[in-house]
Amino acid sequence: METLMILLIGVLVSVATYLVLSRNVIRVILGTAVLSHAVHLLILTIGEVKKGEAPLLGNQTADGPYTDALPQALILTAIVISFAVTAFVLVLAFRAYKTNGTDDLEKLRGDEHD
Amino acid sequence: MTIHLAIILPLLMAALIPFIYKLFTKIKIGWLILLVPVTVFILLARFIPLISSGETRTYTYEWMPSLGINFTTYLDGLSMIFGLLISGVGALVVLYSIFYLSTKEALHNFYCYLLLFMGAMLGVVFSDNLMVLYAFWELTSVSSFLLIAFWHHRRASKAGARKSMLITVSGGIAMLAGFIMLHAMTDSFSIREIIAEMPALTNESLFIPAMICVLLGAFTKSAQFPFHIWLPDAMEAPTPVSAYLHSATMVKAGIYVVARLTPVFAYDLTWFWTVTIVGLITLFWGSFNAVKQTDLKALLAFSTVSQLGLIMSLFGMGSLAFHVDIDASTIIYTQAAFAALFHLMNHSTFKGALFMMVGIIDHEAGTRDIRRLGGLLTIMPATFTIAVIGSMSMAGLPPFNGFLSKEMFLTSALKVAEFDIFTLSSATALVPVIAWVASVFTFIYCMIIIFKTFFGTTEKLPQDRHIHEAPIGMLISPFVLVFFVIAIFFFPNVLAKYILAPAMLSVYPGLASMTDMTPHVYAWHGFNTELWMTIGVVVFGFVLYATLSKWRNIYNTIPAQFTLNNAFNRVLAEGENVSSFITKLYMTGSLRHYSLYMYGFLILVVGSYFAFSDTFRFSMENNAEIHVYEVLLVLVMAVAAVAMLFAKSRVTATVLNGVVGFGISIFFVIFRAPDLALTQLIVESVTTVLFLLCFTYLPTWKPEKTSHRQKMTNATISILVGLLVVAVSLSVLYFNEFKTISSFFENAYELAGGKNIVNTILGDFRAFDTMLEVVVLCIAGIGVYTMIKFRTKKGDDRHEN
Repeated sequence: METLMILLIGVLVSVATYLVLSRNVIRVILGTAVLSHAVHLLILTIGEVKKGEAPLLGNQTADGPYTDALPQALILTAIVISFAVTAFVLVLAFRAYKTNGTDDLEKLRGDEHD
Repeated sequence: MTIHLAIILPLLMAALIPFIYKLFTKIKIGWLILLVPVTVFILLARFIPLISSGETRTYTYEWMPSLGINFTTYLDGLSMIFGLLISGVGALVVLYSIFYLSTKEALHNFYCYLLLFMGAMLGVVFSDNLMVLYAFWELTSVSSFLLIAFWHHRRASKAGARKSMLITVSGGIAMLAGFIMLHAMTDSFSIREIIAEMPALTNESLFIPAMICVLLGAFTKSAQFPFHIWLPDAMEAPTPVSAYLHSATMVKAGIYVVARLTPVFAYDLTWFWTVTIVGLITLFWGSFNAVKQTDLKALLAFSTVSQLGLIMSLFGMGSLAFHVDIDASTIIYTQAAFAALFHLMNHSTFKGALFMMVGIIDHEAGTRDIRRLGGLLTIMPATFTIAVIGSMSMAGLPPFNGFLSKEMFLTSALKVAEFDIFTLSSATALVPVIAWVASVFTFIYCMIIIFKTFFGTTEKLPQDRHIHEAPIGMLISPFVLVFFVIAIFFFPNVLAKYILAPAMLSVYPGLASMTDMTPHVYAWHGFNTELWMTIGVVVFGFVLYATLSKWRNIYNTIPAQFTLNNAFNRVLAEGENVSSFITKLYMTGSLRHYSLYMYGFLILVVGSYFAFSDTFRFSMENNAEIHVYEVLLVLVMAVAAVAMLFAKSRVTATVLNGVVGFGISIFFVIFRAPDLALTQLIVESVTTVLFLLCFTYLPTWKPEKTSHRQKMTNATISILVGLLVVAVSLSVLYFNEFKTISSFFENAYELAGGKNIVNTILGDFRAFDTMLEVVVLCIAGIGVYTMIKFRTKKGDDRHEN
């Protein structure tokens, strides 16, 4: 299972990298979103998967062993942070388009004489 | 403590000047400043009897004892000579400047820089600690920079200051490296301790590099070939500055370092060859070039270069004494160093006077160009007297002190030519020849100073001003100096006994007694080779001066683009061009390029590590079992992700991103992570909505105008990055040696009173993360709000800062 997951993560990372390297702002932002998906999956996969019950104590039907709870907590934090950043960057792209009139990164190079 | 006081006093006064200038705007503050060098001079002069009896004085003020850097002053014969020169000439220059500069100038700046320089220079010569010496050394560079650019509204002043700064500071850095190498070899910064340890260390691998580095510093500061090019340009400074810094003191700092460190390095013959040859080349090149100058100050600058080369070469010749047994009979070897010290004093007297003379002419006639001067003899008789005495002394004629030192120089040069124990006599035989030719040129330019300026007609002079003799105040200082020029000729042995002899002990510590090393200076020494050489100099000099117009064209044989100045400018300009070319090559301003660099670097570093070391591990032993629906899900996600690349519209791409996100949340379910699945579902929904919301305001996707080659590059890089992640992840997965610590969190109920382990980690065990994550969310919210709310109105400056 883990090997399969890692192959999937490799595909996701490749796609994300290709998107980040493109000229369009939205494609770049989509690329970062896919990249964060890949990373979240990776954190979970590197911890052991499917080796126990959900980490909820006092569950009547199953009483341990539990899956590793620590990566889950880390991913939860990461999800929220990546969401905040994605939201911020999206609005930034919107403002940049309003101000500069283009969403083409090759044209957004700053002033020549700054 | 007295010596510390002598160093601190000028610096303290420099700090007080702005207040004094504010309080007494009416008076010329120069008179107040004059007290400082006079006080220092008296303070030092009190030590003369003590020093002349061969004693020394050391004072230590602890500065950074843990690093071995202490403010230690060391008063011996050598530092005494320089101390007296700095304070004595300093006093005369301040007196001269009072009459030279008008009250309209920024006098507070001038005297502040000048005192700063004086304090720094005293610090250089009295420091026993190499690091402190270096600190003061750089302070002289900085204050000299400020003084050269005193008239900073002139372009040439700024250019000259920049050039001198660049060259002297580069040399200073090299010297610092040399000092650190010395410290590495001897584990001490104290010059005296290093001198004591050095004879045993000549075979160290750092010995030669340290010598070269220190010499670089000394040569740049003392304007030795090929670093002399800054000195003529530094003549844009006010004339008192040229007289003080660029003839008497700062340019001799390099000489001081060479003299001071002779007992450190002279045990190796490299020192002799380097110092002597560079000195001789400088001597010749300076005197040769001085002849072609038309500006009097530039002429004096080249003559200074030449005379500094003479002193430098004498110290080089004197270092031969370290290779023979010294006693009363071998005085001929130490005599070179004695001549160097002697000429050092003499040069300060006559060159200072000559600079002041040029300043007077400039002040009265309004020009320093010898093509516009002439016939000043009857108009300015006093100035003429100074010029004649100074020039004749410089040319090495009796009855002036330059004669004595020049004779001693020729004697030493002849002795070195005989010094053939290294079977290199053919090379050393050239030394007196070069010395003689340089003396001829020296004689010619001295003739030029006198005859072109004071004889001939007055027709070429600027007619619009009434030229008259200088005020008495301006004449005092040069007259005091020319008085010494004559006095030293008649009583050289007074100077030799009280001032120069103890300095010999500093250059040759422990080799012989003071009296053994000090020759008796005779004005008349019989009809020997030296005298005939001097007569030859005079004869040839007169002949060449008379035929100057006939052979002057040889200066035009070297085309302008091959001069050292041009080379220096070219190196600077080319350096700028190359660096801007390289910068423009990779700083394209394109985000894609920068991302490519980063990914490329990642692939290069991590990928090559994988390629060249046996790190990659792979095993499926511990894998969990796979169900069919999981394979299906993986396939769906992979296809969705790849399809994003080919999506024609942005909505499709966003939805495909959503497919990946929701797929992940299903994986969270499969992997027993209910909280994650919940959060992922919500966040993915909100993100998708946000994307769609933004699309309302953004233009639709156009087909990307990316070239096929760029696409191929992007694809290659992307696939490599993906493979790299796979390789790293698989290797990490294989590395399974440490137990997880998560069993601790299974005590959630006992420790935190919660049954949801993930939630207790977030809220209890690792709540700090959660708090800051909330802060991140907050900041993002505020950022989004401000970006939408506050926008610059049309016509506003687009740049906030």
